[in-house]
Amino acid sequence: MRGAVGGIWRYLRRNPSLTLGVTLLAALGLFVVIGGLAVDIEDARPLSAPTLRPPSWDYPFGTDRQGRDLLAVIIAGTPLTLRIGFIAGFLGVGLGTVLGFIAAYYRGVLDAVIRSVADIGLTVPGLLVLIIIAVSIKGTLTVNQMAIVVASLAWLYPTRTIRAQVLSLRERGYVEVALLSGMSGPEIIFLELMPNLLPYLAATLVNSVAAAILASIGLEVLGLGPIDAPTLGMTLYWVNFNAAMINGWWWWWLAPTVVIVTVFLGLFFLTVGLDEIANPRLRRSA
Amino acid sequence: MRAAYIARRFGVFLLILWLAATLNFFLPRLSGQDPVHAKLLQQAALGGYVQAGIEEMTREYERRFGLDRPLWRQYLTYLADVARLDFNYSIANYPKTVRELVADAVPWTLGLLGTTTLLSFVIGSLLGALLAWPRAPRWMLWLMPPLWALHAIPFFLLGLILTYLLAFQLPLLPIFGGYSPGATPSFSWRFVWDVFQHALLPAMSIILVATGGWALGMRGMMVTTMGEDYVVFAEAKGLKAPTVFLRYCLRNAILPQVTALALALGQILSGAVLVEVIFGYPGIGTLLFQAIRENDHFVIQGVVFIVIVALGLTTFVLDVVYPWLDPRISYRRT
Repeated sequence: MRGAVGGIWRYLRRNPSLTLGVTLLAALGLFVVIGGLAVDIEDARPLSAPTLRPPSWDYPFGTDRQGRDLLAVIIAGTPLTLRIGFIAGFLGVGLGTVLGFIAAYYRGVLDAVIRSVADIGLTVPGLLVLIIIAVSIKGTLTVNQMAIVVASLAWLYPTRTIRAQVLSLRERGYVEVALLSGMSGPEIIFLELMPNLLPYLAATLVNSVAAAILASIGLEVLGLGPIDAPTLGMTLYWVNFNAAMINGWWWWWLAPTVVIVTVFLGLFFLTVGLDEIANPRLRRSA
Repeated sequence: MRAAYIARRFGVFLLILWLAATLNFFLPRLSGQDPVHAKLLQQAALGGYVQAGIEEMTREYERRFGLDRPLWRQYLTYLADVARLDFNYSIANYPKTVRELVADAVPWTLGLLGTTTLLSFVIGSLLGALLAWPRAPRWMLWLMPPLWALHAIPFFLLGLILTYLLAFQLPLLPIFGGYSPGATPSFSWRFVWDVFQHALLPAMSIILVATGGWALGMRGMMVTTMGEDYVVFAEAKGLKAPTVFLRYCLRNAILPQVTALALALGQILSGAVLVEVIFGYPGIGTLLFQAIRENDHFVIQGVVFIVIVALGLTTFVLDVVYPWLDPRISYRRT
């Protein structure tokens, strides 16, 4: 047991990006969990605190114009925003993996179709298509619907990159050996290719989660988010809506900005760290 | 060969247009919204009472707008309208057409986005190349961590932070809009200076973030390229360092960067839309934001379609230029 912990510790020291990413995200997680025990989440609703108080002992993050306690908003909203990211990211990478493997392993017409759709889809500005989709849906979105909307485009990038990875993997010697020894297509995919791609898939997943969070915050800032949920993006929407910057209410945007920056930095360094595991050639001396 | 390659690329461009138009047409109809009915109800509610004949009125209007005809007829009419870039009137700013609104906004976005994308691409690529070059000054290595960190932040968040520091705490730059309120747009130096000052903050928030991304990509490519045999050979021949750097390494490492640029345009634009919203910059993004607030569906659809056309066109141009940059492709295969 001690050996394993020591091994992880030694590896983390060799891979500082991974360490930094994990630390940032763990710190944020700890903050949300402990905060959830100490603070009443109900205070994230409007009219539960005096309006527009700068940070003080009673309200460490201040309060907004509608009388939300911003500390409660952050503690309630961070998991919501992360949930959107994780649902959309998982759906995107899941679908992308299936399509990427089918396209790259079986080639042919299916490959041509999948590749063209992904290529064309990627040149189109995603946020704008998401806007059209969100506007077309009746009424305001819930947090889960929001995740589905974001997921509708989240598979494009994973499909493309996973396809490229599988294309290069399937030319390797061990795949040929597996083929000659009579393994079937799905067997090769799940037993030979998939295990080799796992670190890469993990990096892609983290990347997709970050992209999904970015897209959801974008939609929310534009006013297409779940209006009554205190997600980070909706908080920024209210910041912009009430012109908090010009009015000098700095605490209103400071807290969500710091949290979002932490999330993105954490996810980014996590991807870089995972990339290093997935692609040992990146482990450079320089 | 060349003509066939260009024709195929153009075909892809047309396909994107058709897909965008089709999406625009069918998505709102899938959700079963009834804009005429909703608008009439809204008007009636504003008047203080709901009239009994509102169903009949809805039907009459739908007949007038051709909404009672079969779906495929409506679809064909819509495609014909779109082909003429006719997106109807704005609902919120009635006498103005969507085309006029977009035409007012496009120069702002084009100016901001064109300049920032070009600058960040050139600066970032050069910086990334130098970062990988062993003979570059040592202090440049200190640029890496901040570039990485900035690269992970969304444009508009950096915009918020910059606004607070440079426009609110130290009031050096204007906080909001495309030009000072009360200034009349003209080609005087004064106005141009005013516009430049207003564009500085949004431009900085895009450039600072985007440069890091290009630098990272370029650095990776340079490291690979410098390991190639022809670079070793060039150095062994005793070529001057700048020649090896520019003509052997940079020239080859820049190619994937251009491909990445074509793929990143959509993302850059998505990010810039939010920057415009945060700064109230009078471009496409702000127009879109207002249209969303006012439920102005025609404007939303028009903006989205025109932006997709513009980006599709840019990608097409990059595709056509690419073989000229990389003769190995020579228009043969996609």
